This record gives sequence, structure tokens and C-alpha cells, in this order.
Amino acid sequence: MNAPAIDIRGLGKSFGRSVVLDGLDLTVPRGEIFALLGANGAGKTTTISILTTLQRPDRGTAAVAGFDVTTNPDAVRQRIALTGQSAAVDDMLTGTENLVMLGRLSGLSPRRARARACELLDRFALTDAATRGVRTYSGGMRRRLDLALSFVVVPDVLFLDEPTTGVDPRSRRDLWEVIRSLSDAGTTVFLTTQYLEEADQLADRVAVLDAGVIVATGTPTELKALVGTDTVVLTDADGAVVREIPTDGSVTGLRAAIDELGVDDVPGAEVTLRRPTLDDVFLSLTGAPGEASAPAFDTAEEFA
Amino acid sequence: MTAIAAPAAATTVPRPHLRGFTAEAVFVRRSMTQSLRDGESLSMSIMLPVMLMLLFTFVFGGALDPAGSYVDYVVPGIILLCAGFGAATTATYVARDMSSGIIDRFRTMPLRSGAVLTGHVISSLARNLLATAVVIGVALLVGFRPSAGVAAWVGATAVIALYILAITYLFAAIGLAAGSPEAASGYGFILLFLPYLSSAFVPVDTMPTWLQWFADNQPITPIIETIRGLLMGTGLGTEPLWAIGWCALIIAGSAVWGAWLFGRKSGRR
Repeated sequence: MNAPAIDIRGLGKSFGRSVVLDGLDLTVPRGEIFALLGANGAGKTTTISILTTLQRPDRGTAAVAGFDVTTNPDAVRQRIALTGQSAAVDDMLTGTENLVMLGRLSGLSPRRARARACELLDRFALTDAATRGVRTYSGGMRRRLDLALSFVVVPDVLFLDEPTTGVDPRSRRDLWEVIRSLSDAGTTVFLTTQYLEEADQLADRVAVLDAGVIVATGTPTELKALVGTDTVVLTDADGAVVREIPTDGSVTGLRAAIDELGVDDVPGAEVTLRRPTLDDVFLSLTGAPGEASAPAFDTAEEFA
Repeated sequence: MTAIAAPAAATTVPRPHLRGFTAEAVFVRRSMTQSLRDGESLSMSIMLPVMLMLLFTFVFGGALDPAGSYVDYVVPGIILLCAGFGAATTATYVARDMSSGIIDRFRTMPLRSGAVLTGHVISSLARNLLATAVVIGVALLVGFRPSAGVAAWVGATAVIALYILAITYLFAAIGLAAGSPEAASGYGFILLFLPYLSSAFVPVDTMPTWLQWFADNQPITPIIETIRGLLMGTGLGTEPLWAIGWCALIIAGSAVWGAWLFGRKSGRR
């Protein structure tokens, strides 16, 4: 089992004349937390749908856990779990019933399924709500149950499609904690997100997806290095930015930068050092942060 | 939340393929639980036909048959109407499944596609047979006097079950075709008018000629006449063959349409 968790080559997908994925190449080693970062409409969900066998690619190949998603979808389905954008839980059932149902569908005996449900409710801090209908759950609780459902049988690869969209900041941090712990259990985690902070905090490696192509791949640190180094920022007494100067981060560089800023001209001036964020990376790579980018119609001919 | 530890079992074992009908059994149980919790739908699908029967028997019945035996005529029609209401709920359940994320979870597991639909259909069958029993019970209370023997009752029950199965499969497919639970119940409503344009409530020969042609050749009439023939001893003729043929055709058509829709709907995102 030395095949990478995910291996994508030249993956393409179109809906009508709209090209959603335009030749995607990506390899994710086992055990990694990998984040696919992109704006709305960049093709994140389509990528996940193909990798989880929900959609078939038009061009190229994709293998998950060593099995091709097109020619051997059943083998892939035996080894993955998906937590989609809309919580994949049954509202009419209780938390326990949801988990027992998934356990039975995953091949556990009734007794084993019930035991596993208890374990997971405890580990995902849902024991108090175990016998309540899921429709009474808060957003954060639904997401936790959703993740627990994906872990009834520990999958080789866990797919998370925007796991924290629409979740309050506190619950988001809780979910990150959970996802890290799942990864520690040996599962490869492939997640999509439009939150740069999420990719930064969570992912071992990040790929930036824009208009159906990967425009950059690397660790968060490597990506930040792409857009240069630190920036010295001069703000006036009201906190407004007066001037920014990039610097190499060395003491000499900093002193030169501060001299160059012309601090004396600005009364009540403050100098701060800003490190590059994934926001800067995203902005420089895609042109617009967190904004829906139009599908690349004009590139269709190249792959036709 | 720091209390959350990594779930044990670091060894990942592929999910096995389920043996026999385990998946179907799990989904039947799920749909049954949903039906029982959805008390409003369940009681409506029983109350509505009972109220219609009382309405037809006591309000219209006197005018339609002054001798007072209209209840004997109308019960088969009410039973089909009842099955229609009950099966319509299935469209809503199926549409709700398809519009929530849970269907994607099932589709990314190594399950027989359609097992989740089988769950809805079997649970609808059980629900509707229960509702039919209640309707027949109330009918007996208000003067329904069938002449059927045991064999005829078994035959009538089988035809009713077959009809429930057919219309449930059809509504399940409608649920797949509809974009939302609301739309599903809207489409289904049209089908519920079919019994009125059959021999369910009045003999076909009392209708205008053009309507007679439709009433004689639509599926509900032979099914009604078969149930009526078995329960009341009226002539059967070739009606049972037509009834079974129509039901088989509806089941086959809906199954093919449903399977096609089920495969297609994965591309909805």
C-alpha cells in the first residue's frame, strides 16, 4: 500500500460549455492534511465530487487510496468518507440512531455498531445530545456529528468539503482540533476551504485552485515565501496606513526601511512589521481574494 | 473540546460489501422510524380517506343511491384514494433525502444503489396497509357489507398491496425528479385526481362519452373493478388481468425511470 492517498493527472470536467476543471495535477501522500484553497466557483466541490465517485471526470485520471475512481469506484468507496457542505445527517433520527445506521451500513454487527456509536458520541462531545433528534442540534453539533459519521469506520482518506463554512469562530476552532486528531489516527485528510486562515492553521500542504487549474502548491510557509518577505508598515495617529516598504527581515534592512519611511513627517506615527499571509499569496496568484471568479470559457479550445 | 481524543483503531480496514439485504433492512428500519416520527403525515394519510368515506357515504350517498348501499360501492375507491395519499408521502421523503447531503454520503459508500429507495417503498407499503386496514374497519362500522370469502379477501389484499407498491414506486420516482420536497408533493397532487375519473365513485356509463373512453382505459378502473369484484361478488371478467398488467407496467416503468434519475442526480452539485 505505497500508492499515494490521492493521485490526480490531467483531470478535466466541463458542464456544457463551462470548463470547471482544466487539467488538474495533484499528488497527496498518505497521512497528510491537504487543503485545496480557492474562491467560490474555482472547482473545489467538483474536484471532491470526482474523487469521491459522485461525478465522473471528462478527461484525465484520478486514483484514491491506489484505486481509480472511474474504473474501480467500489474499491474507492470502501476506503473513503465524505463530509459535504450540507451536513449529511438524518434530521428525523437521533444522534445515536444516525451513528448506528452508518455502522450497520459499514458492515458492523448491531452490537458493535451500538458500541461504536457510544464511543464516537463521547469523543465528539455529543453524549448529552445522543437521544435528541438531530433537528434540535446547533450548527456546530451537526458538523461534529457529521464528522463522527465519517469515522464510524476509520477511512483511508477523509474528504471534507468546506468543513467550517457557516460555523461560528469558536466551533471552527473546535472542529480544527477534531480534524487534527482524526489525522493523527492515520487518515489522510483532503479538505477544501475558502478560508485562508483555515488552510494556514490546519494543512500540511496547500494547493491554490483558480478557474479550474492549480496555480501553486506547497506548505503554507513556502507559499508565503512566494510573495516576498516581511513588510514594514507606517500608520498615522488614526491608524491609517501611510506607507508600506518590503524588507528582508534583517536588522539592517529594517533600519533602512524605517529611515526610508519618513517617520518624522507623520505626527503620532507607528511602525509595525507585517508578515506575509496566505491572503497575500491568494491575492497575488488569483487576482481577487474570496471573490467568485468566472469559469474559464476561453480556455476550452486548448483541451477540446 | 480539548477532551476530544483521536478515535482509536489506527488500522484502517476497508468497509466490507454488505451481505444479502442488510442495507435494505437498515433503510427500511430508517424509513419506518421516520414514518412513525412524522405523526402528522401518518395521521393525515389515515384521517383524510376516512373523512372522504364518511362524506361520500352520508352526504353524497343518499343522492347517488337512495337505498343506502352506496358505501358498498365506494369502499374500493376510498381504499385506492387512501393508498394514493399514503404513497404521496414517499415522494416527499425521497425528495428530502435527495435535497439533503445524506444521499451523497450513501452514494460514497459501497452500497447497492437504490437500497435507500427500497427502504422508502417497503415502509410505504407497511404504512399504507395499516391505513387501509383502518379504512376498512371504519367502513364496516358505517355499514359496509362485503360478500367476500377468505380467498377473495386474500386476493383483494394482494391486489391492494400490488397497487400500493406500484403507486409508491411511481411517487418515489416523482420524488427523485422533483427538485424539492415541496415540488414533489405538488406534482403528486395531480395523480390523486385519477380515481375521480374512474369507476371509483360513480359508474363509468353515467359520464359523458369522451370521459367514458378515458375512464374505461385508465389503470384505476380495472383495479377498482377487481377489488370490487372480489369483495362484493360483482363480475370480474378480464379486469384482474388488466389490473395486474397495469400495476406491473407502472412498477417496471417507475423502476427504470427511478434508476435513471438516481444515477443522474449525483451531478446536481
